[in-house]
Amino acid sequence: MTVATDDTLPATPRALRDEMIVFVVMAVLLAAVPFTKIYPFFVMQALCFALLACAFNLLIGYGGLLSFGHAMFLGTAGYVSGHALKVWGLPPELGILAGTAAAAGLAVITGLIAIRRQGIYFAMITLALSQLLYFIYLQAPFTHGEDGIQGIPQGYLFGIFNLANPTILYYTVLAGFLFGFLVIFRAINSPFGEVLKAIRENEQRAISLGYKTDQYKLIAYILSGTLAGLAGALKVFVAQNASLTDVEVAMSGLIVLMTLVGGLGTVFGPVFGAFVIVAMQQYLSGLGQWVTVIQGSVFVICVLVFRRGVVGEFAHFFRRSL
Amino acid sequence: MRGRGEICLADEFILETEGLTKEFAGFFAVRDVALKVRRGSIHALIGPNGAGKTTCFNLLTKFLKPSAGKILYKGQDITAMAPADVARLGLVRSFQISAVFPHLTALENVRVALQRQHGSSFDFWRSKSVLNQFNDRARELLNDVGLSEFADTPAVEMAYGRKRALEIATTLALDPEMMLLDEPMAGMGHEDIDKIAALIKRISAKYTILMVEHNLSVVANLSDIITVLTRGQVLAQGHYSELTKDERVKEAYLGAGHG
Ligand SMILES: Nc1ncnc2c1ncn2[C@@H]1O[C@H](COP(=O)(O)OP(=O)(O)OP(=O)(O)O)[C@@H](O)[C@H]1O
Ligand SMILES: [Mg+2]
Repeated sequence: MTVATDDTLPATPRALRDEMIVFVVMAVLLAAVPFTKIYPFFVMQALCFALLACAFNLLIGYGGLLSFGHAMFLGTAGYVSGHALKVWGLPPELGILAGTAAAAGLAVITGLIAIRRQGIYFAMITLALSQLLYFIYLQAPFTHGEDGIQGIPQGYLFGIFNLANPTILYYTVLAGFLFGFLVIFRAINSPFGEVLKAIRENEQRAISLGYKTDQYKLIAYILSGTLAGLAGALKVFVAQNASLTDVEVAMSGLIVLMTLVGGLGTVFGPVFGAFVIVAMQQYLSGLGQWVTVIQGSVFVICVLVFRRGVVGEFAHFFRRSL
Repeated sequence: MRGRGEICLADEFILETEGLTKEFAGFFAVRDVALKVRRGSIHALIGPNGAGKTTCFNLLTKFLKPSAGKILYKGQDITAMAPADVARLGLVRSFQISAVFPHLTALENVRVALQRQHGSSFDFWRSKSVLNQFNDRARELLNDVGLSEFADTPAVEMAYGRKRALEIATTLALDPEMMLLDEPMAGMGHEDIDKIAALIKRISAKYTILMVEHNLSVVANLSDIITVLTRGQVLAQGHYSELTKDERVKEAYLGAGHG
């Protein structure tokens, strides 16, 4: 399945430099948030979703694989981290590790099943697998069904940093986000990333050059699922709960929405998209059900007007790669 | 004795098929084809539209599974192999519709091929600047096909003839033993045709080439031997001069309204 639009810019040294500059600006702005009046919980939540969307984007934007079940990584990591923190009493760093590892394991299993198919079939298999998992989590005792895991303790990171302190928690989440973002950024600009892009561009040709493309797609899938899991593990500390909403199909749809709004296959688009969507949920929450309608409209407008997503259109207009 | 005979055969013929057949729901696109490609030759596969030439290529490179028959490459049975593995053995194909990586530059296109043989293709934690070690070789290859000025041009922006040349450079980057070219000159102007023909002639000193081509003057000039395929079956085989006298070949071509 080819996703790249006809005018994706090739990555040149200049493009790489542009992206580095934007990255530094983004990191500095985000680091400054606690010194402003911006509500840190909003930004933390947005950061978790931004990482999630970036992980999703690695798979579709660079690997050409549309996953319709990415919420399963978010939810699984959330449940496992939550359980590890609350029931096993693990420290935060191990709780995060446990959740991320669980998502990685899930990615290996589901990846081996889904990666054999392409295009719409791949999307449908990921959707089916995530639905299967939803029903397991609905029934499994440790997830507490409809109630979810509530009141998860935040604890002391490395035994020192009290994560109940919003500022400390904020920088912890930010560090997690930046780490995940850089892993993705590096993967895109690595020897592996080059092959992945080649597969996205023309899989048959990549095979004819001797690449076993399934292996590359599987690695991209596992990488993506693992980082989506990291986002889910971090989110547990922000929300202090793990619930079914994170494994629902609607959540998978939201991830697609964020990425499309920002710009598929752009480095910063998913971050932008995540902030827009989370901001809408946060600040328009007074409108109740209308939020969904507004989100739907934004989606339609974006697809019709900003075909490349907001960041993608911006980059295209200035002939820059972002 | 039999063992020795086989080795000799494998030496002389780099690629052989026996009873190669592909059936699509009752329709035989390729039927009982026995093909022998001599090492170091330029072998042309011609025939009217729909004769099964591309299907043959797909079978030989394992992009399609044969319904029946056997494929031997360098004496090794590759009938059950995966397409990527066939490519790794040095049997590399091009496609009828030009196959480049459109949003990679010409240099990056060639580098993707160079990168494969040198490992590190799974390294997602390394900077892609490690790929710069292939730049010199990639430029050399681009230069060989007359694309040195286009190294930094995205393939999507290149003219059709140049895309085909880029595709050949990318294939050459794998240092194959045998190349299968599916209509390398389709859709090209005279000038480009001459260039690509000269290029194929030049590289044929090092590689065995099996080529599908509709342009008969190109086929006449380039090929050592020609196999004519009609309705999935081999109709005739021989040198161009022999085939032009063959009534069945004339009929197949004129009958199909082909020139
Ligand atoms: N996947 C497929 N399913 C069904 N029929 C097919 C398939 N691929 C090819 N065919 C049929 O097999 C026949 C041979 O096709 P093929 O593409 O090999 O011809 P060709 O000799 O390459 O023709 P051309 O000169 O037009 O490229 C055609 O009749 C085609 O319709
Ligand atoms: Mg054909």
